[in-house]
Amino acid sequence: MGMTITEKILAAHAGKDEVRAGELISIPVDMILGNDVTAPLAIQEFERIGVKTVFDPDKIALVPDHFTPNKDIKSAEQVKIMREFAQRHGITNYFEIGRMGIEHCLLPELGLVLPGDVVIGADSHTCTYGALGAFATGVGSTDMAAAMATGEAWFRVPATLRLIYYGKPRPWVSGKDLILHTIGRIGVDGARYMAMEFAGETVAGLSQDSRFTMANMAIEAGAKNGVFIPDAITDEYVKARARRSYKFYTSCADADYADIIEINVSEIEPQVAFPHLPENTRGISDVADVTIDQVVIGSCTNGRMEDLRVAASILAGRQVASHVRLIIFPGTQAIYREALREGLLDIFVAAGAAVSTPTCGPCLGGHMGVLAKGERALATTNRNFVGRMGHPESEVYLSSPAVAAASAIAGRITSPEAIMGKGCLG
Amino acid sequence: MRQLKGKIWVFGDDIDTDAIIPARHLNTSVPRELALHCMEDADPTFAEKVGEGDIIVAGSNFGCGSSREHAPIAIKAAKVACVIAESFARIFYRNAINIGLPILECPEAVREAKEGHEVAVDLARGLVSNVTLQRTYNAVAFPEFMQAIIGAGGLIDFVKEGLEEGSRHG
Ligand code: SF4
Repeated sequence: MGMTITEKILAAHAGKDEVRAGELISIPVDMILGNDVTAPLAIQEFERIGVKTVFDPDKIALVPDHFTPNKDIKSAEQVKIMREFAQRHGITNYFEIGRMGIEHCLLPELGLVLPGDVVIGADSHTCTYGALGAFATGVGSTDMAAAMATGEAWFRVPATLRLIYYGKPRPWVSGKDLILHTIGRIGVDGARYMAMEFAGETVAGLSQDSRFTMANMAIEAGAKNGVFIPDAITDEYVKARARRSYKFYTSCADADYADIIEINVSEIEPQVAFPHLPENTRGISDVADVTIDQVVIGSCTNGRMEDLRVAASILAGRQVASHVRLIIFPGTQAIYREALREGLLDIFVAAGAAVSTPTCGPCLGGHMGVLAKGERALATTNRNFVGRMGHPESEVYLSSPAVAAASAIAGRITSPEAIMGKGCLG
Repeated sequence: MRQLKGKIWVFGDDIDTDAIIPARHLNTSVPRELALHCMEDADPTFAEKVGEGDIIVAGSNFGCGSSREHAPIAIKAAKVACVIAESFARIFYRNAINIGLPILECPEAVREAKEGHEVAVDLARGLVSNVTLQRTYNAVAFPEFMQAIIGAGGLIDFVKEGLEEGSRHG
């Protein structure tokens, strides 16, 4: 019996010919990530261990992105803990505002996570890097602390759920719609403890940005990791960024899967997830009259160039509805600059949007667009839990950037087709 | 490990970490401050009502969502003795073990439990007893490796021991 890509990457790091689902292993990691919410706690725990130095100052990334630029004194103190730790230990990958980005947009962009890597991050959306054919998973602060000391982490090898996408996407259907549809189908714990392996002819044609979006939301189905088999599109993305060697792994044809689900993409409409779980998905034509107060485009899910371009294509020459606040936050400084160069930011501002510096901000109800009681937002983020973006009695709907941009113009949740007519894969 | 016994508070399925400790309170990691907001978006009065040694009983996928360790820390700091659920989300499960918050998967016990029942837990034997109903259930046992982490008092002490012995776990 052959192995899946997830098993192969884990076996290689364990120094074994083979590992199997269920096996417990302790293995070296290639990159450890923490942010301004999780790293201060990890630093406190790291200090309890009593070692003097981190295992490798080049293999730790510290990204203050959640409450930055700091929204209050408490959050400024949290970042100060990170900054001082980074200085004390000579952490090379510490990113100050002005040079930073949302962690899961930033690390791949800088080539800090590569195909074949094992990456842990004290942030649940660390699974994003599976889009490059890496094993990447979210852990807690204590795991991060232990790994900063030892360079290792323990895992139970996950079983794999294989998702095969086939058929031609309909107009305006993007990676976000595929993953929302998938979560709607298998549920928020449909892949609990498992690897989600995204395969099939449709994903083979998906852009790297759309793949990041899909892998990003694997955790929303409870998965340990999401993974794509790396290919020419992956290589195109990583070859200019990598500063160390990387390796492509692939699943064996006779690999052992916990389950295989086939999804006919040609039947999928643009999707919307209703409050308060990402699994409450509906096709856009089944969305009745839902008026909105705020639209948020960005985040580690949809804050990349492809996302901003599709939003700009819809917003160009149009106006955001008078009762709607549209907030757009690009994923990184590099994305921000590229959007500036392409004139996208001008389109957004002209349409009546607020464009933010890269930050997690509104995505977790932190700052830069928190919802009041009874308000309703449509967001391109990944979670619509109770109180996620503000008051516990506010509501969050999730969609692609195309649906979000169209809806900002209409003032209610609307299909891009209603604004634009037929388009192409976003 | 000690025997735990307490009054239970019942929650439903898919209680996420935003409900356990909302992000608006994440600009601190001080346990007693987090405890004041424990379970706030699932039950705003929970932090006032809960007593030392009480037990949380929940449905499936408890702790889904973000990786914030602040969630099990808030529960532990609110002096909750144990969480019993039908199932736990992966990162929450890992974090609870790593920080030493006792958790048990026991679907049968969850199904029959009602708010206010008294429940006793024997962690070493993996047994859950509903004192009110006078029924005992078998919970899912921890693998040996995790028992070793719990036995050491959490991951940090486990790693400390390992480093002191000079033999890294392989
Ligand atoms: S953008 Fe949102 S989901 Fe992504 S890392 Fe930030 S808070 Fe988490």
